[in-house]
Amino acid sequence: MADKNGFFDLSKTTLSRRTALKGMAAGAGLALAPGFVRYSQAQSSAPIKIGFQLHRTGIGAAYGRWYERTSAAAVKAINDAGGIGGRKVELVIEDDGTDPARGAEVVGKFAKQHKTDIVFGTLFSHVVIGSAPAAGENKIPYFVVSEGHHVASTKLNRYVFQPGITDVKSQIKSMAPWIAANAGKKVTQIFPDFAFGYDHRDYLPPALKAQGADVIAQIAIPPTESSFTKYFPQIPAETEVIYHVMVGPAVLTFVKELGEFYGSQRPQLFGFMDSLEAVDINSPGLEFLDGSHFWEGSPRYAQPDDSAAQKAYRAAVGIDDNGAAVGDPKDVSTASHMFGCWETLYVVKKAMEDAGYKGPEDRAKLVEATEKLKEFAEGPEHPQGPKIFNGKIHQCFGIQNISKVEGGKLKVVHKTKIEDGLYEPEGDYTTQAL
Amino acid sequence: MKDVSLAKTYALHIGIIALLFVLNFVLPDYHQGLFARIMTLAVFAMGYNLLFGYVGLLSLGHAMFFSAGLYGAGLTVYHLGWGVPEAFVAGVACGALLALVIGLLALRTSGVAFMIVTMMFAQVFYLLILYFAAWTGGDQGLVIQQTSRALNFGSTSFDLTNPTVRYMSALALFSVVLFITLAVVRSRFGRVLVAIRENEERTRMLGYDTVANKLAAVVLSGTICAAPGAAYALLFGYIGSSFASVQYSILPLLWVLLGGAATTLGPLIGTLFMYYVTDITSGFTSAYLLIVGVALILLVLFAPKGILGSIRQRWLGWLP
Repeated sequence: MADKNGFFDLSKTTLSRRTALKGMAAGAGLALAPGFVRYSQAQSSAPIKIGFQLHRTGIGAAYGRWYERTSAAAVKAINDAGGIGGRKVELVIEDDGTDPARGAEVVGKFAKQHKTDIVFGTLFSHVVIGSAPAAGENKIPYFVVSEGHHVASTKLNRYVFQPGITDVKSQIKSMAPWIAANAGKKVTQIFPDFAFGYDHRDYLPPALKAQGADVIAQIAIPPTESSFTKYFPQIPAETEVIYHVMVGPAVLTFVKELGEFYGSQRPQLFGFMDSLEAVDINSPGLEFLDGSHFWEGSPRYAQPDDSAAQKAYRAAVGIDDNGAAVGDPKDVSTASHMFGCWETLYVVKKAMEDAGYKGPEDRAKLVEATEKLKEFAEGPEHPQGPKIFNGKIHQCFGIQNISKVEGGKLKVVHKTKIEDGLYEPEGDYTTQAL
Repeated sequence: MKDVSLAKTYALHIGIIALLFVLNFVLPDYHQGLFARIMTLAVFAMGYNLLFGYVGLLSLGHAMFFSAGLYGAGLTVYHLGWGVPEAFVAGVACGALLALVIGLLALRTSGVAFMIVTMMFAQVFYLLILYFAAWTGGDQGLVIQQTSRALNFGSTSFDLTNPTVRYMSALALFSVVLFITLAVVRSRFGRVLVAIRENEERTRMLGYDTVANKLAAVVLSGTICAAPGAAYALLFGYIGSSFASVQYSILPLLWVLLGGAATTLGPLIGTLFMYYVTDITSGFTSAYLLIVGVALILLVLFAPKGILGSIRQRWLGWLP
């Protein structure tokens, strides 16, 4: 998809930097003049190029595969309906290897070599944080689909947005009322001993406290751990709910060993679907999860009350009623997150059209137009549900799903309100210079 | 004859720096940015090469020295609001101190044990970064804001996020370290280091304190590796634990092996080669690391001394 530019393609250079070689540049410019003329004539109808920073390899590859499919489906839908401002949309893909250093290089490559209009699509927090400075320095809008709190923390910069998926702080906060009312008041947390786990460690206790419930123990498990039984005696006997957010390949062992530890007499279990994205819920060893509850961003399994927009979205992306790829039941999707790609691309479309976006010279206008957005109604463009957007912290807020594992499927038993996940803004990006 | 090779050596090194200087004005924007990164990381490889190439000590823990510089500079800016020069010095000092401590402990071993001990220390350093996530940002890392990354000289301010300033800063660091390396390898100290690599027992019998010389080499190598770490934080604005992972201990080894161990310019060539193979092939296939791996295997099979090492062996015997 990507238009690969040649190494010494003189048309790609910045003339202001090349005063020392002005004569040579003028000669090259003259030689290439017919090309420039053709380009300027075509610019009004040239496609909008979206740089897709994709986790094609590395730890994020399973997510990346589905982010790519979802984004391709959204771009097809947008193009079939006339594109953005009458211009077709083209995804230019670069693999970041799920590595923050490479991520920053890829953002530079989009801005300076591919000359894309924006950069889009990053999931893993460390890649987003590592790439954010490059986006700010190149003054290229960077729309991430990460769910991390880093954007809303206002510690990044004015060019970074997360308008298509809620952040983890909001997700955790909106889970607390349901947990306290339905699962139990005494909660023990088990989480991986790194950043993803720390979000849950830090945000859940105050959220539960506000609902009259308490976290009575927090058990951090080192990321290198492969056996968990030795940690389970630390779970207090009076625990009513085990809140678990283990991620990675070890999750199967974790659940299996938890099952062996408790047998049939277990506390309530509440987890985040991040643990089991792209993993079949019916995998051997996960039987112990039957009857437990999970947060889901967007439901993996088709629900009886799915909206027409949700059905159309699932068909367009190519997932069946069980949330797996159509024709390959073993290729389970990352449904709780990938909808964010679809919705973000529609936010980009809306903001570009509001800004009257013509090309990279309008990037600042695009930033301001995005900051002015207030809400996104549920529908074909936002099939996960309605959202509100806070332009000061560049973050959207939406509904969340709580699903119960029943008969080898996940059934949505509760949908939160947008207000459940709101919190006080921690800063204001709009005060930063563009 | 000696003067002729000396003149050639200086002409080559000055020529390379002049070439890199001119490239700033002719490279397309993206490659200008990439070269700034490559020069910075080539300094990391040069620091590694000093120990691996000239002393023959294979460390698998040099990521800790790079990240000592990265965090030493980055955290002082982030938490204490220090300026760029002070932060850079803090980063380099952290690397030097860490190298001294690690050197004192790790040099009690040699060979494979030295490799394992350095890897273990680096792993401890990596886990400490995760453990103190409240200050270090853990695996997510921290962003050094653009406004903090300006170099002020009186009333003149240089914005390190400006591509040309960044390129020239990286080139300045590269040039200084290149000449330090050249001076070291041509000095008596450098010759003792090579003697230790060739035959440590004989060197000791000749009256040299090999442990003290090796310790000095570890400290010098660690200090040089910390400098690009500090520069990376200040030039590119991100500090994160991935730079302390084992991957960043292996990368300088690969860059040096590719370019040519015990050659002053090999680290630059190796880093450049690896970067561009990755950058170009990743546009065609997601299996680009396989291509990098195959390239490395071919190199080990057909040019075990690396690119510049092979050139020196066959044609240019005077290359330092």
